[in-house]
Amino acid sequence: MAPTVRPTVAQPLSPHLQIYRWTWTMAMSVFHRITGTALYAGIALVAIWLVALASGPAAYDWVAWFFGSIVGRLVLFVYTWILMHHMLGGLRHFIWDFGHGLDRERRLWLSRGTLIGSTLLTILIWALALVLR
Amino acid sequence: MAQFTLPKNSQVTEGKTWPRPQGANNLQEFRIYRWNPDDGANPRVDTYQVDRDDCGPMVLDALLWIKAKVDSTLVFRRSCREGICGSCAMNIEGQNALACTMGIDECQEHAKGKKTGAVRIYPLPHMPVIKDLVPDLTNFFAQHASIEPWLQTETPAPEGEWKQTPEDRARLDGLYECILCACCTTSCPSYWWNGDRFLGPAALLQAYRWLIDSRDENTGERLDALHDPFRLYRCHTIMNCANTCPKNLNPAKAIAEIKKMMISREI
Repeated sequence: MAPTVRPTVAQPLSPHLQIYRWTWTMAMSVFHRITGTALYAGIALVAIWLVALASGPAAYDWVAWFFGSIVGRLVLFVYTWILMHHMLGGLRHFIWDFGHGLDRERRLWLSRGTLIGSTLLTILIWALALVLR
Repeated sequence: MAQFTLPKNSQVTEGKTWPRPQGANNLQEFRIYRWNPDDGANPRVDTYQVDRDDCGPMVLDALLWIKAKVDSTLVFRRSCREGICGSCAMNIEGQNALACTMGIDECQEHAKGKKTGAVRIYPLPHMPVIKDLVPDLTNFFAQHASIEPWLQTETPAPEGEWKQTPEDRARLDGLYECILCACCTTSCPSYWWNGDRFLGPAALLQAYRWLIDSRDENTGERLDALHDPFRLYRCHTIMNCANTCPKNLNPAKAIAEIKKMMISREI
């Protein structure tokens, strides 16, 4: 058999992200990555709080003031959502890795559930925190 | 390393608008990716009008209509026109499908609110293009070959055939139907970024088809060959493969089962 003739011009790469229609499972996979990366910054917030706690009243007062301000609360609110989203995403992947919930209907609802569940959990946590305070 | 944008020579430009057919009153617009290796230009998107009253219901019918009546230079693969050869796999309205089993009305319903809009057709995503809608599948088929898709046995061959209980045979259902059209593999973002080392959903579904075949006696070696951070474990359960498979198979499930086999042989 004659060898395959290779093209002499550089072949273009066909479009991918530019044209592919987003699916729920794909979007939630990307969200899982983004929230996972954002948690590095989130855990830094916890570290700052702990360091301030260990450093004495002056430092702690300053950090407590910041986390109590509007901006600080907004940051913590988003951090809570990111944490919840990544946790539920982790559970979703855990279920899938056991070979469950992979059919069309369930994988769609597990993906949507991650977004809905993380939002509900975040609101619940903040509502409880504000009530119990 | 993932590159999210297209290289310079691959960026798509606006192409030619082909004349409307005379006397047609049920027109459907198609926007189709074109690239010609002979003219040295970047890929472009051409616009065609198809007379629905003169054309069959499937996207492949429309492509054949365009090639016969408007533009004979349009290049695409096709053969069986009934979803069993896998030749006409392409990206239709943002999802990979077989042009022969995807209805023109059906693919428009997917792109909600765009019912009167154009049907956009591209080659399978993130592949080297040979011409127009024809991707270079060399690597895809080489990866299929690498999983050694044939029965491997140690015991001497029986006089008749290798027998199997109906239950064992039933475990191949949902796997043996794969036609290797490459819709799933080229829908996978993980394959887009690591296609040189990650085997991709189609090859892995085929690998699982032999791993669970009760007659195959090479299971251990097959698993050894897959035990690799890239070949198998670049699957991050994004599930575009299962969402897009035109035969309604579930490569994501097959891959999950392989991962389970990997773990259960270690404990």
